[in-house]
Amino acid sequence: MNSRNIKVLVVDDELDFLETIVKRLERRGFKAFGVLSGKAALEYLESNDVDVIVLDVRMPGMDGIDVLKEVVTRWPLVQVILLTGHGSLEAGKRGLELGAYDYVLKPAKLEDIIKKIQQAFERKVLLEQTQSEI
Amino acid sequence: MTKRYHLIGIKMTVIIICFSLVPLIALGFSLYRHFSNSYTSRVLESLRTSVEDRKKAIDLFFEERVSQLASIANTHSFSQITKPGYLDELFSLIQSRSRYYIDIGIIDMDGNHVVYVGPYNLKGFNYRETEWFQAVSMQGIYISDVFLGFRRAPHFIIAVMKREADGFWWILRATINTELFESLVLAARKGRYGDAFLVNEKGEYQTNPQVIGKTTDQSIPLEMRFFHGTKVIETTINNRKTAIAASWLENKRWMLVVIEDLEEELFPILQAKHLALGLLFAGISAISIGAVAVSIIMVRQLEQADRERSALDAELMQSSKMAALGRLAASVAHEINNPLAVIREKAGWLKDLLEEEDIQASENFKEFADAVDKIEYHVERAREVTHRLLGFARRMEPRRDMINVNKVITETLSFLENEAMYRNITIHKDLSPDIPDIQSDGAQLQQVFLNILNNAIDAVDKDGDIWIKTKLKEGGNSVLIEISDSGPGIPEGIIDRIFDPFVTTKPVGKGTGLGLSITYNIVEKLGGKIYARNRENGHGAVFTVELPVVTGGSEDVLRVYSIEEESIL
Repeated sequence: MNSRNIKVLVVDDELDFLETIVKRLERRGFKAFGVLSGKAALEYLESNDVDVIVLDVRMPGMDGIDVLKEVVTRWPLVQVILLTGHGSLEAGKRGLELGAYDYVLKPAKLEDIIKKIQQAFERKVLLEQTQSEI
Repeated sequence: MTKRYHLIGIKMTVIIICFSLVPLIALGFSLYRHFSNSYTSRVLESLRTSVEDRKKAIDLFFEERVSQLASIANTHSFSQITKPGYLDELFSLIQSRSRYYIDIGIIDMDGNHVVYVGPYNLKGFNYRETEWFQAVSMQGIYISDVFLGFRRAPHFIIAVMKREADGFWWILRATINTELFESLVLAARKGRYGDAFLVNEKGEYQTNPQVIGKTTDQSIPLEMRFFHGTKVIETTINNRKTAIAASWLENKRWMLVVIEDLEEELFPILQAKHLALGLLFAGISAISIGAVAVSIIMVRQLEQADRERSALDAELMQSSKMAALGRLAASVAHEINNPLAVIREKAGWLKDLLEEEDIQASENFKEFADAVDKIEYHVERAREVTHRLLGFARRMEPRRDMINVNKVITETLSFLENEAMYRNITIHKDLSPDIPDIQSDGAQLQQVFLNILNNAIDAVDKDGDIWIKTKLKEGGNSVLIEISDSGPGIPEGIIDRIFDPFVTTKPVGKGTGLGLSITYNIVEKLGGKIYARNRENGHGAVFTVELPVVTGGSEDVLRVYSIEEESIL
């Protein structure tokens, strides 16, 4: 798979989780970057180009849903995959309504996440093509 | 429990009876008293009136006789009246109008019976020494007591003295027909036991009493002392309640006594008494029956209401307990999920690193790889546990999803497998693959199966079997789930009430008797049915749950997802 070109931003307040998943994604060829909060994520987006965001829903301060809303309005082409706990399934569904690409239940297998990232990226590419045709 | 209701019932009955009977009895008694008093006084009053009327009639009789005789005496001289045949003529003239007199005669100053007209030959008798002769010579008019006299038959006389010039006087004497006189007195008599007669001051009868002294030796309880007016007394003669009215005559010291049998006269009161008692008894019976019936009905309703309320309370408590438990489970699962995610990622990273060539060459490479695999395997196990907990938590909210009964049963059994294993109970599954997914509440259904299966495990206790069978009912309208066990079965006495609240076969303190009641309610709410019976050989109970096959409206289908799908994610 051509994961080499996909730029992924991972947002999670759990440092250990964040570090590891970024390392593992990088190892699989993704251009991954991790931030610890919603605010940091928005700041990063302002100065960097991102294809797919893997976004934890439950975070202190600005939570995943708030970040999602911001991203959808400001960077509509950027695809968002929500990481939700089992109990916050409703939040996941709500995220879909708000414009997230998909959601994944925690703790998820990396393979599942990667599959979703690739699908999300394909969608982004598709969207870009349609837009440039117009 | 039942004793308390029994007591309430008794209290209610007693209160109703008291409050109804006290006024009833008071009413009956006072009405009877009032009626009895007024009737008695009316009877006594009429007795008094009749005595007074009779007294006047007798007095009038005496006055008439005396004045008749006096006018004869006054209009004739001795020589005139002693003329032969004259008195005969006069007497027959008087008798032609009335038959009050038996005879009539003239007595001279010396007491010789000069002229006599009547049935006895009394002419020539000398009365000089008799008491009445003395009295008439003193008083001028005399009415005697009844006496036998020369003729030896009871009679009384009226004598009138006529004074002529130069001190000469004579007496006109007449004997009264006692029969006619008695009939005059007896006219006051009433009833079979009543009596009427005259007595003189010495207490001697002047007319024949009909009852007193004749049929009994008892004498009248009266003092023979003169009084004015009429006396009425109540007494007992011959063991019968009796009223006696007495009044002295004006013209003669004779007392008219009328005796009336009150028992006879007051018979209407007795009748009224019997009627009142009868009505009272009927009233008491009716009220008692009514009170008992009302109490029974009320207590039954109370008992039922209480039972329903406690069942509702228990259900509420159960659901709030479950909700609290759900929240606890959810928060625990969340807290565990985050470290699990980190562990999984770290293990994944280790696995990634193990792919490096230089590490693969290490002598312990296989050990590392195994350890990482094990870590991943056990993270997966822990994840299943937290997901089950979260699934349990979510189930507290009612919902209608498309569910597969077989899957729900399999999931439920996963909770019980350990317990069954420890007790050496084998669970035989016979789940038909043909049953369709139905619209229902998986969580609630799980509760239903859990309750029945728990009961089955408790019933079997140790070393036995439990069978679970699912199949599509003929016609395909419902799914049948049959759960049977090899336990002792349901006692015959309670098999009809097994789904009622507080019915339990478990020892005191062990079962609440609510499990099956809640189960029943859930199944009903889900539109299904539940039956209980014993197995044909008598060993073990069989519970059958019947769930309708509903494929659901579009609105519900939108929300369709299954528990299993989630755990795959």
